[in-house]
Amino acid sequence: MTWETMMGLEVHLQLATESKIFSGSSTQFGAPPNVQADAVDLGMPGMLPVLNEEAVRFAVKFGLGIGARIGRRSIFDRKNYFYPDLPKGYQISQFFSPIVCEGVFEVPMEDGSLLPIRITRAHLEEDAGKSVHDIFNQESGIDLNRAGTPLLEIVTEPDFRSAEQAVAYLKALHSLVTYLGISDGNMAEGSMRCDINISLRRTGSDVLGTRTEIKNVNSFRFVERAIHSEVERQSDILDSGGSITQETRLYDAERDETRSMRSKEVANDYRYFPEPDLLPIEIDEAYIDAVRASLPELPAAKRTRFVSEYELSDYDAALLVPDHATAAFFEEVVSLGGAAKPAANWILGDLSGALNRADLTIESSPVSAEALAGLIGRIEDGTLSSKLAKQVFDGLWQGEGATDEIIAKRGLKQVSDTGALAQLVDDVIAANPDQVAQYLAADEAKQKKLSGFFVGQIMKASQGQANPKLLNELLIKKLNDQS
Amino acid sequence: MSISQEDVEKVALLARLAIAPSDLPEVTERFGRVLQLVNELNTIDTEGVAPMSNPHDMVQRLRPDVVTGGDEREALMASAPQQDRGYFLVPKVID
Amino acid sequence: MVDSAVLHASVSELHGMLTQRQISSEELTQAFLERIDLLNGKLNAVVTVCAEQALNDARRADKRLSRGKATMLTGIPLLHKDIFCTQGIRTTCGSRMLEQFIPAYDATVVAKLKAAGVVMLGKCNMDEFAMGSSNETSFFGTVKNPWDTQCVPGGSSGGSAAALAAGMATLVTGTDTGGSIRQPASLCGITGLKPTYGRVSRLGIIAFASSLDQAGPMARSAADCAHMLTAMSGLDAGDSTSADLAVPDFFSELSGDVAGLRIGLPREYFNDDLDSSVRAQVMSALSQLEKAGAQLIDIDLPHSHYAIATYYVLAPAEASANLARYDGVRFGYRCADPADLEDLYLRSRSEGFGEEVQRRILVGTYALSAGFYDAYFNKAQQVRRVITDDFRKAFQSVDVIAGPSAPGIAFRFGAKQQDPIAMYMEDIYTLAVNLAGLPGLSAPAGLINGMPVGLQLIGKPFEESTILNAAHRLQLDTDWHLARPPIEEWQP
Repeated sequence: MTWETMMGLEVHLQLATESKIFSGSSTQFGAPPNVQADAVDLGMPGMLPVLNEEAVRFAVKFGLGIGARIGRRSIFDRKNYFYPDLPKGYQISQFFSPIVCEGVFEVPMEDGSLLPIRITRAHLEEDAGKSVHDIFNQESGIDLNRAGTPLLEIVTEPDFRSAEQAVAYLKALHSLVTYLGISDGNMAEGSMRCDINISLRRTGSDVLGTRTEIKNVNSFRFVERAIHSEVERQSDILDSGGSITQETRLYDAERDETRSMRSKEVANDYRYFPEPDLLPIEIDEAYIDAVRASLPELPAAKRTRFVSEYELSDYDAALLVPDHATAAFFEEVVSLGGAAKPAANWILGDLSGALNRADLTIESSPVSAEALAGLIGRIEDGTLSSKLAKQVFDGLWQGEGATDEIIAKRGLKQVSDTGALAQLVDDVIAANPDQVAQYLAADEAKQKKLSGFFVGQIMKASQGQANPKLLNELLIKKLNDQS
Repeated sequence: MSISQEDVEKVALLARLAIAPSDLPEVTERFGRVLQLVNELNTIDTEGVAPMSNPHDMVQRLRPDVVTGGDEREALMASAPQQDRGYFLVPKVID
Repeated sequence: MVDSAVLHASVSELHGMLTQRQISSEELTQAFLERIDLLNGKLNAVVTVCAEQALNDARRADKRLSRGKATMLTGIPLLHKDIFCTQGIRTTCGSRMLEQFIPAYDATVVAKLKAAGVVMLGKCNMDEFAMGSSNETSFFGTVKNPWDTQCVPGGSSGGSAAALAAGMATLVTGTDTGGSIRQPASLCGITGLKPTYGRVSRLGIIAFASSLDQAGPMARSAADCAHMLTAMSGLDAGDSTSADLAVPDFFSELSGDVAGLRIGLPREYFNDDLDSSVRAQVMSALSQLEKAGAQLIDIDLPHSHYAIATYYVLAPAEASANLARYDGVRFGYRCADPADLEDLYLRSRSEGFGEEVQRRILVGTYALSAGFYDAYFNKAQQVRRVITDDFRKAFQSVDVIAGPSAPGIAFRFGAKQQDPIAMYMEDIYTLAVNLAGLPGLSAPAGLINGMPVGLQLIGKPFEESTILNAAHRLQLDTDWHLARPPIEEWQP
């Protein structure tokens, strides 16, 4: 039996406001327990919510960013359930009339294609606090610092068929929200959390299977692994004639498996109803226009522009664009005179490798855009071979100065002097008569291969500084002269 | 619509209220009387009437995104029934 | 020794005495504290007395008076219903759940009245979480009606009404979700106003039903209510539902002129269900206004009948969510030795809440639950609009709507306690006003068998001045509001 995987994602995105969605408490991460929870956040008797304008603006930015319809009159509702990290016994959310309505988000896939994902809705709500289980013996500790942090919950249709698609969507979403400046999208700190709805259906059938929901998966890698393990679990059950129980599951990364959540055993009935402490949010055309005017260039437009303006491949553009800082670094290198294609190669190759090894972001790169542009210039004008350039790059990384200084200090200028090179070539030819004879006897294809031996010997003799292009020309000429 | 003891028990669980078994018949009977009263709503035609959540036709005012609160933990946790090292305590929660 | 007349004096009279230094606020405060001490054992109207703080506030008021910086309410003693959060002072809401709760903040109303210079004497008993019409649901015991201590004072602001009637304060605050200011005002013979929804901030008032709750003044006269309302009202950035409207000086708007005022009498309020003696008193008050130049016009509020069913879906539904925060975790009652989290919730809530509160939470939970939302909650919200539209249409031809405040006089303890529906009927004339968010007041309209009856006046949105002025006219022409309960005749 073959099964088709049907998945929809719900992403909880913490919005990067200074204060909470309904109170004036700070949203900063990492404070001691309960010092960033005021009377509103604690749900103290008589306290009332007052809506943060920035949370509304961020939600509208997101809606415009994915080309979704903005709810002109959106309404907050109470979602009722009991849990110790939910102070009021209800979460203020949006159920009936969300602020962002349907839209389509085009996700760039690795092969350069775009995967359209239907966004069902995105709504504003407040985050819950945290339960801490490892400090006390008999009890759990409740920290409500996070309670009231604004969240945008982004819900898709069940449009994903593979883990790869889901991860690509999450990466594209991460890129979009950081471009918009509405969230830091940090999955490790919980700024972006993902719930995955998974069901399987018989290939070719259009009847949806029973779904499970995997809650709070907190990295791209775990999303991929959680999906694989849950798909395997479900298909094993279905293959052996069993049926899937609709339930909430948790992904256990250590065991690489999903398991049923005990705390959700009591069937929930959220009893949504309009939040009487808040009034409808009305958003007019002028507001939307103003927000639209404030939007930066978004990843999709930037990819297109990089291809047309810098003649980059779709592949390079797709790699440079997602991280806003990387794209900016690239454009800075180019604006300082670095040629576009080599700039892309250096950034995506040596630079990003070195940054990864050093666990640095591009904003704190020891090699500045100016330095990289200088290096590329010296390659373009023939001063450096690509091999020597790597040594200069190393010098730039170590902070040994600008490109020209390093070339001088390390004596890395390539030998482009025809007389000096000719002498080297002559010496090597003279020292290896057997190889010369072999060369001359070979056919054209074989000659190409054999010439490598001489190039290697000459490079060695020049300590790597021979200009390879010039060397090749001289060598072929001189070898042919031997016949 | 009338209500059974099982229905009342189900609603009580949703509301996290414990009803002693001995009280259940009386609670159900009184609950039923209230329901009978509100069932009168079924006799009025409201086709096409927009539901009304709030008496005033106003829209939401918005607050500037400014941090106004400081650390009020001591004052706010003063009436917490059980706390330790800045945390509110509950019996161990297992996910 | 202070003349006991000051215990029943008006704000204007006391203000005059205070500014002319005939009495100090401290002396006045001391007199009221003694009065509370003397009568509270019998009435149980006050649950917390803050003598020391009150005297400090009074001395501060006296300083301001001596500097000539006094405003109308400076130094005037007041009691708050125990639903208003008071910083550093226990706020119980009449419940075991909050028996030990000491807020770290003042309700906006408390802060505003404090800023206006009042002296807070303490906190008044009330029906638990404001759910009740007789003050029999309070965890702190029943409040006795000073007119007859065998009878209830009404509710839920019954402690406030009884305290005021008994001369324990010059002013008291109340809240009104379905009649909780007007019905006890009627049963205790005082004047009480529920302002337009949004006129007074709800911040710091323990919520019962958020779209219906409104705080208001309770006093000996419409004039005193006007002074108090001016101090209590106004936009509060902390309450998203508070109205962004200028607040008039309500007292200065009391011209006493009602000539040409059109008063609508809903046929549905004056039908055969209305007790004939209540009708007679209400009509006698209305004919006073007619004599003063007002016109009485019969009108229809055709869907009045549905107010009670609508209210008993919407108020419990909102309450079921508003009271979910009482879970034994962050504040309030927590059961002993919970076995696990569910046990903590179940026992803290069922031990902490009384019977009526639990019943309303159950009803509200049911009305919102899967499969019933449309039939109950959504339907009730639709009927709410129908009822509101009735008022809107009626107000096209009248300026004020009048009726009884309550179906009868104060009843005996226990008379309606076994039957929730009989108790709910106490608010049959007041509920619709909350559903529509309108201002409504109850003013004394004489006595039946020695017990007070109230006239209810309902106004257009934010036209509190109109109904206060009509009540003021009535109080210029009659002395029903000056009648005092026969406290001196009580058996020791």
